[in-house]
Amino acid sequence: MSTIAAGLGKRKAAQRLVDLAAYVLLGIGGIIMAVPFLWMLATSLKPDGELYSYPPEWIGSRLAWENYRIIFEEAHLIRGFFNTMIVVVPTLVIGLFVCAMAAYAFAKLRFPGRDKLFLVLIGTMVVPGAVMMIPAFIMFKTFGWTDSWKPLMIPGMFGAPIVIFFLRQFIKTLPDELEDAAKIDGMSPPGIFLRIVIPLTKPALITQGILSFNAGYNDYLGPLIYLNSPERYTLQLELASFSSYYVTEWTLVMAGAVVALIPTLVLFAFAQRFFIEGIALTGIKA
Amino acid sequence: MEAEVAADVKTRTAKRKRSALFRSEMRWGYLFIAPPFIGVAVFTLYPLLNSLYMSLTNFNFGQPAAFIGLDNYKRALADDPLVWKTLWNTFYAALGVPLGMIVALGAALLLDRKLRGRNFFRMLFFLPTICSVVALAMVWRWIFNADYGLLNYYLGVIGIDAPAWLIDQTWAMPAMIIQGIWGGIGVSIIMYLAALGNVPTSLYEAATVDGANAWQKFIHITVPGISPVTFFILITSLIGALQDFPRFQLLTGGGPNYSTTTIVYYLYTVAFQYSEMGYASALAWFLGVIIMTIIVLNFAFSKRWVHYN
Repeated sequence: MSTIAAGLGKRKAAQRLVDLAAYVLLGIGGIIMAVPFLWMLATSLKPDGELYSYPPEWIGSRLAWENYRIIFEEAHLIRGFFNTMIVVVPTLVIGLFVCAMAAYAFAKLRFPGRDKLFLVLIGTMVVPGAVMMIPAFIMFKTFGWTDSWKPLMIPGMFGAPIVIFFLRQFIKTLPDELEDAAKIDGMSPPGIFLRIVIPLTKPALITQGILSFNAGYNDYLGPLIYLNSPERYTLQLELASFSSYYVTEWTLVMAGAVVALIPTLVLFAFAQRFFIEGIALTGIKA
Repeated sequence: MEAEVAADVKTRTAKRKRSALFRSEMRWGYLFIAPPFIGVAVFTLYPLLNSLYMSLTNFNFGQPAAFIGLDNYKRALADDPLVWKTLWNTFYAALGVPLGMIVALGAALLLDRKLRGRNFFRMLFFLPTICSVVALAMVWRWIFNADYGLLNYYLGVIGIDAPAWLIDQTWAMPAMIIQGIWGGIGVSIIMYLAALGNVPTSLYEAATVDGANAWQKFIHITVPGISPVTFFILITSLIGALQDFPRFQLLTGGGPNYSTTTIVYYLYTVAFQYSEMGYASALAWFLGVIIMTIIVLNFAFSKRWVHYN
């Protein structure tokens, strides 16, 4: 009896030791993950002149909040933010609606060739984005769309195969009974889509909406390729051009970086679940 | 008799009704899926085919394009050493993929222990993946700074005479790999966590009964059990790594001496700094073929080590 108890105790102790080791490793990993963010914040609050103190100081003689005032004066961050919103939000709303429509058709409507067409659409995802960079630029330039927001907005409004794929998975799991009842009541596919499918698909739409918003907000390559006039710069492009101009003014550059991260961090704080779900689902089910 | 006729009429009207309904459903179906197909045709297929033609010309927006056959491809393969150098750099940078996967699996195994605070750590590891590449590149440029950087200070504290990282030809790419792992493991961790949760616990229990130790269980149960996810992460990360470039542009500008210019970065330079759109189109197709080949090879090879149950 006592030997069993001792054995159990031993195992528990061993288990606790493993847990402790796990904590130590996670702690080291966590510090490595957190330090760049903290260093960004710390640098952004350093007074001018204390930047190059060596050994590096985490906190200067005072918190230099004026760095934030200066970057709002020197860089057009607010204009950049609104430009980003103009580019991202309409594209997102229309694109998501279009994707949901297609996903509903692929999941529930019956028409010849449906599943083959779906595979064709999904198949187009194999074209790597980097390969599209030059061809798309040549086309948009011949359209006369360069130095405008159009190349950043219009393609997204036609939907994205990956989003359609994700939404179709979700809509397929909705019970057919509601739809059948609506059909008996004489509701046509658009009515069913708007009044039944959209409300039931809300969680998936929110997930995809958040992921697309964040991707659009962070997009740097698109604006870099297409925008030339500073007054059209999105926030990320504004920030990059500011930092290439003020290369060594690290306090200001870091303040800009902090400002640019705030919307993402706020979104993440409120919608962490959606971010992680979206990643896990598209990952596992693809 | 009468009843039969009535029934017959009933089924016929029902059929007609059903076929009308079916036709309406069909029309709406095609209408609903039309926008993405139009989008793919206009914004993917057309430019892709157009650029295939452009790759056979010396197009540069300035003068009318002249057809020059395969000259661009010849130039890329035989006369332009930067193509091979940047391709080599790209594969070098892609070393970060397997390294990052190992780190991610390790972190996922730790997080799978259901410790208190695991959500906090999971969030912390995930955070960089949702942050702006511009902002992250800026802070890493500062951290890697040769004279005042945080990294070299702490390495100095533990007695390591650290290199100048981003401005050192030998160390710029390792620095980029480190930065890439830091910025990219979050997604892999989340996928691995989901995969670890899906390995049947009964397998582990059976192995325990058979006297297997933790390492044996890991090698014979966990690794095969999560192999589909490993494969998925490998493919998606590899595709991403082969196209990686904005963070290189922001952190090193491709230097020093092209040591961190990836193939896509080079493509970008040819197109937007030298305006050689014909040649850039050829490079884009060249890159596309390479990426496709790697994907196909991976799928072919995967049958040997990926276990679907």
